[in-house]
Parts: sequence; C-alpha cells; structure tokens
Amino acid sequence: MPGIERYGTYVPYYRLRRAALGGGKGERAVASYDEDAPSMAVEAAREALRGAGGVDALLFATTSPAYAEKLDAATIHAALNLPAAVTALDVGGSTRAGLTSLLAGLDLASAGRRTLVAASDVVVGAPEGPRERTGGDGAAAFVLGSEDAAIARLVGRASLTSEVLDVWRTPEMPFARQWEERFGQEVLAPLLQAAATEALTRAGLQPGDLQTLVVDCTNARAARALPRALGVKPEQVADDLADRVGRTGVAHAGLLLARALDAASPGDRIGVVVGADGADAAIFEVTDRIAQGRPARSVDRWIESKRDDLAYASYLKWRGTLPFEPPRRPDPARPAAPPMHRAEHWKYAFAGTRCTKCEAANLPPQRVCVACGAIDQMTEESFADATCRIATYTIDRLAYSLQPPVIVAVADFDRGGRFRCELTDVDAEHVAIGDELEMTFRRLFTAEGVHNYFWKARPRR
Amino acid sequence: MASNGIRDRVAIVGMGCTPFGEHWDKSAGDLLVDAATEAYASAQVQPDAVDAYWLGTMGRNSGLTLSEPLKLQYKPVTHVENYCATGSEALRNACYAVASGAYDLVMAIGVEKLKDSGYSGLVGQDPPGDGTESTLTAPATFSLLAPAYAKKYGLDEDTLKDVISRIAFKNHANGAKNPKAQFRKQVPLEAIKASPKVAGMLGIMDCSGVSDGSAAAIVCRAEDAHKYNDHPIYVKALSFVAGPAEGNLRQDYDFTTFPEVAASAADAYKQAGVENPRDEVSMAEVHDCFTPTELVLMEDLGFSPRGQAWKDVLEGRFELGGPQPVNPDGGLKSFGHPIGASGLRMMYEMWLQLRGQAGERQIAHPQLGLTHNLGGEPGRCVSFVSLVGN
Repeated sequence: MPGIERYGTYVPYYRLRRAALGGGKGERAVASYDEDAPSMAVEAAREALRGAGGVDALLFATTSPAYAEKLDAATIHAALNLPAAVTALDVGGSTRAGLTSLLAGLDLASAGRRTLVAASDVVVGAPEGPRERTGGDGAAAFVLGSEDAAIARLVGRASLTSEVLDVWRTPEMPFARQWEERFGQEVLAPLLQAAATEALTRAGLQPGDLQTLVVDCTNARAARALPRALGVKPEQVADDLADRVGRTGVAHAGLLLARALDAASPGDRIGVVVGADGADAAIFEVTDRIAQGRPARSVDRWIESKRDDLAYASYLKWRGTLPFEPPRRPDPARPAAPPMHRAEHWKYAFAGTRCTKCEAANLPPQRVCVACGAIDQMTEESFADATCRIATYTIDRLAYSLQPPVIVAVADFDRGGRFRCELTDVDAEHVAIGDELEMTFRRLFTAEGVHNYFWKARPRR
Repeated sequence: MASNGIRDRVAIVGMGCTPFGEHWDKSAGDLLVDAATEAYASAQVQPDAVDAYWLGTMGRNSGLTLSEPLKLQYKPVTHVENYCATGSEALRNACYAVASGAYDLVMAIGVEKLKDSGYSGLVGQDPPGDGTESTLTAPATFSLLAPAYAKKYGLDEDTLKDVISRIAFKNHANGAKNPKAQFRKQVPLEAIKASPKVAGMLGIMDCSGVSDGSAAAIVCRAEDAHKYNDHPIYVKALSFVAGPAEGNLRQDYDFTTFPEVAASAADAYKQAGVENPRDEVSMAEVHDCFTPTELVLMEDLGFSPRGQAWKDVLEGRFELGGPQPVNPDGGLKSFGHPIGASGLRMMYEMWLQLRGQAGERQIAHPQLGLTHNLGGEPGRCVSFVSLVGN
C-alpha cells in the first residue's frame, strides 16, 4: 500500500472575527489581498517538499481557481521550480476534490509515480450569509509515495459518487448557493456512513480502532452525525477548527489530517471522511517514520501566527465584493507574455544567478556580474528559501495598496545578494532594521484578466 | 573619467523660460512657443537663424512635438530623453553640435505638461514587462536616504528632520522672490515639519511639486557669441553619467551617496579646472526632488565634506545670503519638476545671475555656477553636472 511521505499546510495571516461579521463566536482565516488559491498552495507545497525528494506529478485541487482557462497547476509547478517533466493537473468542482485527489495521488504512487497533491481554497460567501461566516481560507499539501518511505500508510479506502444538488455555483455566479439543510443532511449522512464503513472494513478495523476521525462535509449536520452513526466517541473526533480557521473548502480535510499527523504517534490510525456529491473515505496508519516526516511548521503554529483585527470592509474589498475609490494613479500595466516567459525562473521560482568567477549572488539574474564584471559566467540559484534581513526600509504612504501603507525593504540575503521588495503580512509599527524575513509567493495584482504573480518578503512566521 | 570637455568653446547667447505651474490654458505646444519666442528675442535672432534643435521631453516620441507648433521649416529636431536629466541632456547635446562645427546656432528646449494626466506624481510609459518591476513611489525611494544618513553620521531623527526642513524652508524662501516659480510663498518652518507624512520621514513639504513648464537656450561657438549678445555666458564643463544600477543589488551600497553624482561632478570639475568646489563654485542649482536629496548632493558635489553637509545646512551656508547659495531660484521645491524643462530652468537662473538680472535674488559677483540633475533613484540613477561662468 502506498502512503503519505511528507505534508505541509498553510493558514494565511489574517483573521476576521465573526463579531465583525455581525455575530457568532471565534474567527475565520482570510487570505490576504495578495493571495489566491494557487499562491497558498505554493506555500503549503513548499513546506511539504522541503527535504523531500523529487515528484513525478502535481495535482492541484481547488474550487476557487485563479483562471477558468489556463492551468493553475502550471503556476504552482513554476513557483516550486519543478522539472518540466512533472505532470501537472487541476482538479475541482467540489470540496470533496481534495480527498479525491489525495486518493488519486496514492493510486499514482502505487503505479510508481511519486505525486504532490496540493489543495487550496479561498472560500467566499455572499455578504452576511452562512458560507462567508463559516468559511475559511487555507491550503494543505501531501507528497504521496511508496510504503517504505511513508509516515502514514493507506490501509483502507472507499469512494461513492452521487448526483446531489446540495452546493452549486455556475462560473458566472460570484457566490455558491446551498439547498435547504435538512435535505443535505438526509441525503449525505448515509453516504458518509457507507463510505466510512466500507473503508474500515477494507482496513480490517472497527470504528473504535481509530485514534482520530476527520470529518468534513458541505452539510455541517451530516458531518456531526457521522461519529454517532459509527459509534465513535467524541474524543476520537478531530476538532474541525470552526472557531479558529473556518471550513477551508477543498483544503479542509487535508488541513485536519495534517493537524492529526502533527500530534500522531506510530501505530495510530486516522480516518478521513469527506462528503459532497457523494463521499470519500480513507484510513491511514501512522508509521514509525512520522517524526522525520513532519514539516517545520505545524498547523497550530500557522493558526497562532495571525493578525485578528481585520475590518469587514477591508475583507470585502480584498475579495472584490465591495467597490471602492481608485487611487489617482494609472492602473498597473498588464504583464506581457513574452517577458514573463523569458523570466520564468526569476518571476515564479525566485531564481537569481551566482557568478562562478567570484561567487557573488546576483538578484535579479544578471549576465554581467554585479561584483566582478564577468560576462555569462553564471549559474542559476533559487533564493526562495534563503533568509534575508532588512538592511533599510521605508513606509510608502503614497503607493496604492489594498492594505496600506506599503512597506518596502532592502533585503540582504544571508548567503549574499540584495533585493528590494515589498513586505507583506507585516505590521508597520513592528518593522526594524535587522529583522529576519522569508520570501513568499504572491499575486501582486490582476490587470486585464492576467494575474501577476511574484515574490514578496514577510517577517518569519 | 575620460572626457575632454569643451571648456569655453561654447556660449549661451539667449534664453527663455515660461512661468512654471498649472497651465490649464496651455498645451505643451503653447509652452514651447512661449519659451522659444522668449529665447529668440533674448538672442536677437529670427527663428530661421537657428540651424538645429534638441528637444527634451518625456514620452512624446519625435521632433514633431517641437517643429509642428513652431512651424519650423525643415530643420533637424532631435528628441532626447534621459529621465529627470532630460532638459540638461538636450543642452549637452546641443552644445556638442556647435562645438563640432556641424551647426553654427542651435536651440536646446525642454517642456513637460504633467498636469494634463489627472494623476498625482509622475506617470511613466514603461515597455511591456514581466511584472516583477518595483512599484515603489519616487518619494519612497528617496526616503531611504534619510535614516541611512542619520545612522551613518550619528544624527538623531529630530536633528535630521530639522536639517531637511531647513532645506525646504530655504528653497521656498528663494522661490517667494521668483516671479516664475510655481509656489511663491514663504512657508513657516513649523508648517514644513508638521506636513503630513508621505514616505518614511518625508512629509508632503519635503517633496517637489508637480507642474507644467518650458525653458530654452540658444547656443553657438564662443567666438560667435558677441554677434548675438553683449553678455553671453560660457560653458565650462558638461558631464553626464549613467550608473550601473547596483545599489539594489550589492550589500555594500549604504544609501548615503549617489556615486553617479560624485562621478559626474569629478568629471565636470576636471573639465573646468576646478580643484576646490567648496570655494570655487559661486552658486548652484541642484536637483532637490526631495529634501534629503539636496542634503546628500552637497557632499557628492564636494560642497561639504562627507558627513558635514547637515552642519552646513544648519549654519546657513547654502542660503541666498550665505557663502555658497544653492537653488537661489527656489529649486524644484518652488518650481515643481516638469521633466524636460527643469535642467534648462536651472540654467536660466545661472543666465540671470551671471548677467546680474536676478532682481532681489541677485547674488553678489558670481563667477562660476553649477547646475545638476539626477534621474532615477538612490542606487540606480543618471546624473548631469554643468559648470558655466562669465
């Protein structure tokens, strides 16, 4: 049986308190104005790939794609600096697609193709509706490979497909709609139970054998009903993070599975059951490799690293829901396809060059070395994971931003090289020369329907 | 630097300069006609006597921008553009054209119509790009100078704010005496210090304005100068450098200097035989786009030793009545910065001062004047320095 070799997650920096939404307890995670589903997937995938070997395929699951036509997985592929021969595929249509992709990735792994599955969603609901209130934004990624290298082996699985009009949205609709909750509950709860039972049976396990049961469903009542139907005790059920993150769409089951892995011991069994347009279930058994396979940042660390005073009006502007006064400056120019293609490794993978004559780092890539003047003596080197420090910075109150003021730092990298870039996920009052920064892949703006991705720096989270 | 210079081989024999400001009633063509007409009259020539033209302006693409409104009769018009040094670049190339003997009498003219865009600040037309280019505003890039200078020379933030506010105060005080300036009012020091923050420690009063304007110069070889004017002024040096733009790539650049300015100043001083600019340069028009720029320029131009310009500013060295007046006409601070016109507007003040026509701004017995333009930002810029005298 194949298994999970590595995993990584991402929860954005901002939280919107439900009190700011007109009521309810807790808060939901909010992708910043410069993030989208692919950029958050890059964050989670970078965590998962750190220290992992190469992969043969990349599956990207989302219900909030950046492009209706154009491969988001190609953007992620480029940002991760994966070899061209790595297959890339977008999957969507349902919040179940995250777990379905995980199962498909395990199938690919069984066929000898090591697969990276990234699931990421920016969950937008109609203002003041339940989806806006209960949703959250986030991402999870898994590297699926052989049993030998697994931190968690797949020991049982089941999938059921059913045509159910529960949650729906056409490409033209800004917000999803949902049928009345009683209907979803009655129809989806039995599917969840059937899939879970089948997977457990194939694994040769009883519900009581599970240390953790992760349940996610478009219908909250159906999700809540599953443990009782299976006879699983409340202490076996994973916290659904409703109060701290919200339901992160296609990423949610992965995020909860990752959080279970953060705390798991060898031999633990974890069940994951997801309902939407049918149901998927998977049972994993944690191996003794778990301690070596965890990412640098746990789910809880992401959750605790936050800013929770976001105003509701800012949130609505970030999601494009609320029109606002534009700045007295020209709109940013649409980036052009040929220059973007020429600069692919710089723009997407933050790859500069290093001079083979004098070892100087050159950012952006140069043909003539900035230090010694040698011509065309460069090797490519990515600085995406290199740490840097603030040499100097300024707060630009004139530049337009959806989260003003713009803070720009001259960042000096520990392994040489300097780059002046915008900071993000940062509080103006807490910036100082010498601060450590890390690079983060962002969507800077969208012009004429073209998303402009590039890197910014943020204080280490 | 290897440049031979054309010291005393070229003279300016006529100049014109429009008022700078918000010319809602005038197009770029109208401003060009105004500046050129004044320059022709100043040199006492008919338009047809001018053999060739150099036009400095941003993004207007061709010489037709000038030949069309002036109805020039099949003359060569060269369009030049070099960031904020564009006006000076027109003059530099015009001077070389007469020095070479290719033409006898030529005009350098610059214009910009910034107020028609409806945007705040400068708006450039960049070629199609990959979307990774910096979008930092101009005040933000120059604001990087202030904390770096304070840290290197041990100034606290309040002292530095005092110093840069004094620069704005001085330039507005000078502009108040200039009928062609955009802003012609003294501004109280406290109002400058209390102006709303724009970038870093820079307030709105640390920034130059946005305006429309045009200025022109007619030049010929020195030996012909008295044919046109009883009191020509002579070009002693012209230097222009484009830097390698390394400041944002190399960790050793510390944002307390413009190496490009230091290089162009050294070149200009060599051409003119100036050994001690602090004593030999009578007055200067420098590129005070933002107040910390002028502070750093005083050191890069050799007017103050390194780390000492702030003391010279506080001691009033660069004020109109001081030993080395800087921006006697009010500078970019009082004129705004219509890109193509600024360098020639600076030269217009040298023209007035050297000829004793600067009215209540007149400096006593100036011998050698310097104009300076900077285009770009700290660590990535072009710089122009000229020296002119009697």
